[in-house]
Amino acid sequence: MSEYILELNKVSRYFGSVIALQDIDMKVKLGEVHCLLGDNGAGKSTLIKTLAGVHKPSEGDFLFDGKKVEFGSPKDALDAGIATVYQDLALVPLMSVTRNFFMGRELTKKWGPFNIFDTKRANEIARAGLAEMGIDVRDPEHPIGTMSGGERQCLAIARAIHFGAKVLILDEPTAALGVKQSANVLKVVARARARGLAVILITHNVHHAYPIADRFTLLNRGKSLGSWLKSEVSREEILEMMAGGQELDDLQAELEEFSRADHAAAEGTTSELEAAAAAEHSMAQAIGQEADRVHAHQ
Amino acid sequence: MSTMTTAAAPEAKPASDERVRQVSFFRNLLNRPELGSISGAILVFLFFGIVAADSGMFNADGIMNWTTVSAQLGIIAIGACLLMIAGEFDLSIGSMIGFAGMMIAIPALYWGWPVWLSIMFAFTGAMAIGFLNGYIVVKTGLPSFIVSLAFLFILRGLTIALSILFTNKTIVSGVAEVAEGDILAAAFGGEIGTGLFQWFGQVGLIDTYPDGDPIVSGIPMVVIWWGLLTLICSFVLLRTKFGNWIFAAGGDAKAANNVGVPTDRVKIMLFMFTAFCATVFAACQVLEFGSAAADRGLLKEFEAIIAAVIGGALLTGGYGSVVGACFGALIFGVVQMGIFFTGIDSDWFRVFLGVMLLIAVLFNNFIRKKVTGAR
Repeated sequence: MSEYILELNKVSRYFGSVIALQDIDMKVKLGEVHCLLGDNGAGKSTLIKTLAGVHKPSEGDFLFDGKKVEFGSPKDALDAGIATVYQDLALVPLMSVTRNFFMGRELTKKWGPFNIFDTKRANEIARAGLAEMGIDVRDPEHPIGTMSGGERQCLAIARAIHFGAKVLILDEPTAALGVKQSANVLKVVARARARGLAVILITHNVHHAYPIADRFTLLNRGKSLGSWLKSEVSREEILEMMAGGQELDDLQAELEEFSRADHAAAEGTTSELEAAAAAEHSMAQAIGQEADRVHAHQ
Repeated sequence: MSTMTTAAAPEAKPASDERVRQVSFFRNLLNRPELGSISGAILVFLFFGIVAADSGMFNADGIMNWTTVSAQLGIIAIGACLLMIAGEFDLSIGSMIGFAGMMIAIPALYWGWPVWLSIMFAFTGAMAIGFLNGYIVVKTGLPSFIVSLAFLFILRGLTIALSILFTNKTIVSGVAEVAEGDILAAAFGGEIGTGLFQWFGQVGLIDTYPDGDPIVSGIPMVVIWWGLLTLICSFVLLRTKFGNWIFAAGGDAKAANNVGVPTDRVKIMLFMFTAFCATVFAACQVLEFGSAAADRGLLKEFEAIIAAVIGGALLTGGYGSVVGACFGALIFGVVQMGIFFTGIDSDWFRVFLGVMLLIAVLFNNFIRKKVTGAR
């Protein structure tokens, strides 16, 4: 029994000549939300695909519950208890909520010599499973094409939790969502943590990650910049590490420019009025001068 | 948002969502994919009921006429429908009909095999080819349209070449004689309910020949096969695990694979099933006509696809209905045979067939849009 449910020790992954991941160390605990941050191209997707069993590490050790594992396929990882919710959610829009909920793990009951899909009980369980996550599903027989992006995301997560995941990996869950929907998804993540799951949240949005996370790992260009507890690091420090110093300085300068403009406008609309008055004044002056000249001419 | 609840939650029905209207049971019924094709069928029957009322179309033998045609198409339409829901096409169904017919007739007539053995041979051979078809599609990732199109040509060519090789003819007849008393032959080419129909004739419900035999002597087995397959396949599609896998594989194969649905296995099995359906068609046809011919089943794959689409199946997969395809085949059969009863010049047959089909599909679409609020 290890303290950590998942451990990566010096894991590297190569695709031909491309080094996608190099010497990654990562430790994940149950009952914790571990955020994997990094800009686009940092290697986050490759890392979670390795955790999910899609890729095997080219080098290094992958430990699950203290034991070394090698997953041959995503199904192996799923069977071990690592559930991954990808950006495309693994949901079929034309099928109903219940059919999606039980896809691949259909509930059957005996009907004479046959095994049939127990739709009645499946509907009840799907509805209950979703209600536990705070999602009120209108009619579980409706196709999920009618649900919003946030609701679908929550459905995918609730499904993973219901089927006994120990580790939940979420790949950019809030990337395509609005503010309220993102908040709903993060609430579901909190519930998952409260149930004792380990959650690995991949995102490039610090503002979503920071409130919910307990631990951070930063990736930059395939390498890990380190892991920190939330108490050890501030939001700004993370942003700085993610973006890199120079880009942040440029961003800083631009932001200062904006804030100066905002500040001026916020000083009351006086500056605008002043400018308008000044313009009028100079116009009047110019007209007056013209008039004088004409007058003088005549 | 409901708070964290205990086991009490599943018992209590959640409060109704204020954003959902109460939709009547009737409206819910109309939402089903079959509705469009059932309406189309009613429309078609109305049309012919008015135009061809006393032409003999709705006599016993008229009914048997178009029912048989519908049944034949219905059998392969079911196979095509299931495969289409899973996201693939099988364009070789028609050629398989011809090929399977030869697989039944040639061994029975030229190699001295009993008919039941030839029939089993045909089923095994056809399903093996279906497996090959599916395996190629699944392993190479090529569009099934192309792979099955290749098999369309290969099988048709083999039918012609092999029948000439073995028999020097392209029409192989004489099956009726060798099929006398064969158990399996009766299951495909026979009729049931002969006693009942004799009684109908005696009582005057059905017209009779001068010698007292009713003009319709029984229900052909092809109709029974149609009904059985519709019931079984609809049940499998809607009420079993495998049916859920079919919807999943067609709706989004990648998503389905990610949650552990064996989409490859599903697709291969469905290709074998379309081959099975084609062989049922061929068996019924060969034993009814007593012969196999190299041009049997020509273009039938397109008719099967049309019937499935009329029945509500999406060409892109993931949605469809077996009952709908059943009614789609009915529409096709009624229109195809009904045209002759209306007395229209048979030169215009194909034009009218196409026009009526277009109308049926458009009507189907209109009903579907109206009812589902434009999907």
